[in-house]
Amino acid sequence: MTYTAEISVMLKDGIADPQGQTIERALPALGYSGVAGVRVGKRIQLSLEAGSPEEARIQAHEMCERLLANTVIESYEVSIDG
Amino acid sequence: MGEVPVRVGIVVFPGSNCEQDCFRALRKLGAEPEMVWHGDTKLPEVDVVVLPGGFAHGDYLRTGAVAQFSPIMEAVRAHADAGGLVIGICNGFQILCEAGMLPGALRKNAGLKFICKWIDLRVDNSETAFTSRAKEGDILRIPINHFEGNWYADEATLARMKERGQIVLRYADNPNGSLDDVAGIVNETGNVFGLMPHPERAVEGLLGSEDGRTILESILDRVRDSASERRGLASV
Repeated sequence: MTYTAEISVMLKDGIADPQGQTIERALPALGYSGVAGVRVGKRIQLSLEAGSPEEARIQAHEMCERLLANTVIESYEVSIDG
Repeated sequence: MGEVPVRVGIVVFPGSNCEQDCFRALRKLGAEPEMVWHGDTKLPEVDVVVLPGGFAHGDYLRTGAVAQFSPIMEAVRAHADAGGLVIGICNGFQILCEAGMLPGALRKNAGLKFICKWIDLRVDNSETAFTSRAKEGDILRIPINHFEGNWYADEATLARMKERGQIVLRYADNPNGSLDDVAGIVNETGNVFGLMPHPERAVEGLLGSEDGRTILESILDRVRDSASERRGLASV
């Protein structure tokens, strides 16, 4: 069975995100006041073969631990569809 | 008795771009460097492995993220596990962190700018295989050339590293936001070294500084010392 995994990778809380900070400073210039907490991350989408949604989730988690995220500085979330 | 040859393997990944500088600097200092392709599974007989700077595998996903799985990396890890010396320069440092052979990770520079300039480094541990020619507190003038040099580790890791003297080089004037001004670190066993600055670009006065020699020649000293130790033991 083919499943779709959507994976979001974000810098961990407490790790400075200069990209987010830069965007946060830019938004008021466009008239959006009161914007705070801007964080920039990555979204990775892939399809994979697995026997069950649970198996697909386990595989995707493993991919995150080994390659897709660097868990020293990043956290990730996996959602499985299909 | 002739001088002990120091054999150095320089790993070339697709996207490496400092391997020729490393080759030239090491040869100039009397070593015997050779290039090693990242797709090989075996290292030639070498005393030292260099992971040079560049953009291995395009730095896609994260710097060093894909390179950590290049076929040669298993052999590099085995070389390190056996006590062999490994030095990662710039992108090489990033690869060693991604591979888990050095602690921490390298983030984008705090100012979000690629920085290419000469900087001053302070030697904070001169007892390592990579800094024995320096004295603690010495300032080395060596260039940096990177976008992701902003080193980070969690508090507990940093505290343990400080206790063990694993912070080897610090920026005199932090250019990239790196935690605790860290510019170069060693692993717990002291045989794997990673640094953002490029010692191979500072081996000739004509090009601005010879301070990179301090690091490269320390490495050669270590290899020669342990070779003569072995030879001494053999003759007892």
